[in-house]
Formats: sequence, structure tokens, C-alpha cells
Amino acid sequence: MPVYYYIFLATALFSIGVIGVLVRRSAIIIFMCVELMLNAANLLLVAFSKMHHQSIGMINPRAASDAQIFVFFIMVVAAAEVSVGLAIIVMMYRNTRSVDVNFLNRLKN
Amino acid sequence: MSIIGILFWFLSVLALGSAVMVVTSKSPVHCILYLILTFFAISGHYILLNAQFLAIVNIIVYAGAIMVLFLFVVMLMNLNADSEPHQKNKWLLYIGGIAGGSLLLVIVAALKQTAATTQVVQMNTGDVGLIKNLGILLFTDYVFPFEISSVLFLSAMIGAVVISKREAR
Repeated sequence: MPVYYYIFLATALFSIGVIGVLVRRSAIIIFMCVELMLNAANLLLVAFSKMHHQSIGMINPRAASDAQIFVFFIMVVAAAEVSVGLAIIVMMYRNTRSVDVNFLNRLKN
Repeated sequence: MSIIGILFWFLSVLALGSAVMVVTSKSPVHCILYLILTFFAISGHYILLNAQFLAIVNIIVYAGAIMVLFLFVVMLMNLNADSEPHQKNKWLLYIGGIAGGSLLLVIVAALKQTAATTQVVQMNTGDVGLIKNLGILLFTDYVFPFEISSVLFLSAMIGAVVISKREAR
């Protein structure tokens, strides 16, 4: 499979995530679109890892594994980020009784 | 077309279609269910690339833990299609769509000319993504970042508890 297909797929997923962040107003759905963008980046990293394993795997076998370890650490950071982010959204919902991000345009009160 | 090609196109259409449904669904619960479907499709891509460790981790961490957390928060707040804030300004919808579409167009057009796009991805073979290789690497060369990530999780847990704790009046 040419790597161009994977580039197009991951870019399309990333762009859908960007559109979701720009268009939706619910804080939870914006957060989910951020997760979608992280996953698109992960997919592209794995595809490039397999591309390098095909081309320079005989010379440097470590080059391909490093990318997959990197994806693993992205997932670790995403899991930590989600727990704190959802706590912030719950806190915001308690204060404003809504998940609309447009209520957050003022800092006082 | 080989079986790998058919699976690739099926999973790609599934991922893109459910990602579009994440953005367009009215109800937050439907959004989360479509996002789980997207993550399963991406895990299928990992299996197709023979990155089995990441496929399993993606299902366990994303579709299992993170999405359950999202679903739990949505049900805790009792959000549904009626309480969903909708965009009043129609122009902002169009501008958001055009901006995202332009991003896709620019990146694809820029990457179309590069030399890397003529290379192929190794499908369904190669032992780089197996648990044995990644586990050995994770516990030898990357053991320090691996241990640091436990401190990160501890601080995230403490942070979530501190943020969501109702302060005493």
C-alpha cells in the first residue's frame, strides 16, 4: 500500500477534527475532536514507521520501533490529559450549568 | 484487489464516515459511540500494519478507558440533543468547514510532490510492532520515560481530584 494513501487518510481525519473544533460549541465534543486529531497523528506515525521498516529496516532496525514507542507515549499523555480535561469540564458545568464554550468568554464571576 | 486492499478501503471509509458523524451528530452520546467506531477502525488499521501492540493498547486505552470516561461524564451531566448548544451563526459553520477543507487541500497538495510518497508501507508482515520487540525496547532504552509517565499519571490523578473537588463554603 503506498504511503500516500495513509497520508491522505490521516490528513482527512485531522481536518475533520479541526472542523469539529471550529464548528461545534459543546466543550465535550470539542474535546472529542481533539482526541480524533491525536489519533490521526498516531496513525500517520505508525504508517511512517512501517515505511521506514520497509526501506531502511535492514540497515537500522531500531528506526522503526522508535516511532511505535513514541505513539505509545502519545497515548499515555492523552490518557492523562483526558482525565484532567474532563475534570475541568465538570467544574465548568457546575459553575455555568452548561457546556457551551461561549459562556467562557468572560473571566470575572 | 487483494484482501488487504479491500480491508484497507473498508476501514478507511468506516473511519472517515464515523468521524464525519462525530462532527455532525446532535446528541453527545451518539458522538461518543461514533468516536468509538472510529477508534476501532484505526485499531483495524494498526492490525493491518502488523502493529499489534498498538492496536491492543488503542482498544484498551482509547475505546475502553477514555471513551468510558467521556460517556460517564456525559451521563453524569445528563446531556442530550435538547441541551446541546447549537451554533446560531450559520456563517461560522460554513467558515469552519471551508477552513478545515482548505487545511486538507493544502497539506495533501504540499505532500503530493515529495519523494516519500512513492514509497510503500509494509503491510501485514514485519515484526517491529510485536509485543516482544516493543516490550524489550520499552524496558531497556525507554525505561526512564516509562517510569516518568507513572509520575505523570499520579499528578494527573491528583489534579483531577483537586479540580473536581467542591470547595468548602
